Amino acid sequence: MDRKKISSAMPYLKAREAADGMESYDCPPDKLLEAAGILKDEYEFQTLDDIASIDMGPDKPSGARFGAVYHFYSHTRKMYLRLCAMCPDNSNPKLPSLTGLYLSADWAEREAYDLMGIEFEGHPHLARILMWDGYPYHPLRKDFPLAGLPAPLPDSFDGNYDATKVVPAPMEGGPFNASQGDAFAEKREPRSHAQI
Amino acid sequence: MFRFLLNFDFVKLQKLLYFMSDSTEKGFDVKGEQGFIYSRLDDIINWVRANSIWPQPMGLACCAIELMAVGGSRFDIGRFGMEVMRFSPRQSDCMIVSGTVTYKMAGAVKRVYDQMAAPKWVIAMGACASSGGMFRSYSTLQGVDKVIPVDVYVAGCPTRPEALLDALMRLQGKIRTEHSTKELFSRNRYC
Ligand code: SF4
Repeated sequence: MDRKKISSAMPYLKAREAADGMESYDCPPDKLLEAAGILKDEYEFQTLDDIASIDMGPDKPSGARFGAVYHFYSHTRKMYLRLCAMCPDNSNPKLPSLTGLYLSADWAEREAYDLMGIEFEGHPHLARILMWDGYPYHPLRKDFPLAGLPAPLPDSFDGNYDATKVVPAPMEGGPFNASQGDAFAEKREPRSHAQI
Repeated sequence: MFRFLLNFDFVKLQKLLYFMSDSTEKGFDVKGEQGFIYSRLDDIINWVRANSIWPQPMGLACCAIELMAVGGSRFDIGRFGMEVMRFSPRQSDCMIVSGTVTYKMAGAVKRVYDQMAAPKWVIAMGACASSGGMFRSYSTLQGVDKVIPVDVYVAGCPTRPEALLDALMRLQGKIRTEHSTKELFSRNRYC
C-alpha cells in the first residue's frame, strides 16, 4: 500500500501512530464520507469490519471527547486500514453515517449510538440496538457508573410494571469486590444484604 | 430407592408395588384382587405431577448448553419422566430459567411465566438466574426471583448437569409435599 499515494489523494488524512503497525490515519469528520468512498472505490477496501467508539473521558477539558475508529479491510490486498474521526462537539457528538457505502455500518453505528451516544447523521434507522428503546442513558460513557442508574422499565413489561424496577446493581466499592476473608459467603456477597 | 421406600407408609408401599409390578397385565386387571388401591388423593395427584414434569427451557445464555446436556443421552432427563421439553408455555409446567436475565428479557420471561397453566414451578439454574451472577451491571436483572417466584435455586457457573438433575429431584420432593387437593378446590388457587 502506497502511503504517499493515499496522502496525496486525500491530503486531509493525517498519518497516525499505531502500536500494531496497521495503516492508520486521523480523519476530520466532515471528510469521513469522502475518504471512505475513495478507499472503497479506488483502493479496494470492500468491507468495513468494525466501528469502535471512544470516549476520552469527561474530566479532560481540552480536545475532542467522543470519536469513532473505523477498520476497513481489503479482500484483494489482504490488509486493514484504520481511520479515526473525533466528533467536534463534545456535548452533542455527531458523525456522518457510512451506511450509504457499507451496509455493515448499520448495526455498528446503532451500537455506537446506543452505548456511547454518538449520533450518526444520515443513518436510515438510528435506534438503540442493545438497550431498550426508552432507556435514557448511554452506558459505555466514562461518566456512567457500571452499576447503572434507575431507569424506566422496557416495554416488554407491558402490564407488569410493578414486577420489578431498574435499579443499580449492588457493588460495594467496585465490580466483583466481595470482602475477602469473611467467614460466610452471605457476609461477603454484597447482594445478600443489598436494599433492593 | 431404599430411602424412597422408607418415606412411605404401608398403604403407600402397597400402591408403589402395585405400580411397579412388572406384569402390566396385573396392573390393569380390574377383576384381580389388586383392581383398586387405597391412597390419599393428594398423594395420587402429587405422584402424577412429580413424575411427569414437562419442563420449559428458558435458555438465555451459556447455562442452556448444560441444560441441553441434561436432555441428551448421557445424563438423560428422561429417567425422571421429564424428557418432554415444551417450548410453548401453555404445554409446560416447570420453567427452567438457565442463563443471564437482562432487564430487556425479564419482561418476556415474566410474560411467558404468566402464560403457563397452573400448577407451575420455576428452577433458577446457575448463578446468573439465581442472583445475577458475575454480571453485576446496569443491564442485568439481579436474579430472576425479582420477577417470578422460584422453587429451586441451583448454584454453579455453569451448573453441572448432575446438579440440575438433583434440583429436579428436589423439585419432585417438593411437589410430593404439596396440598394439591385443597388447592384444586380453593378459590384463589394458583397451584
Ligand atoms: S451462571 Fe455462568 S454459565 Fe450460567 S448463564 Fe451465567 S455466566 Fe453463563
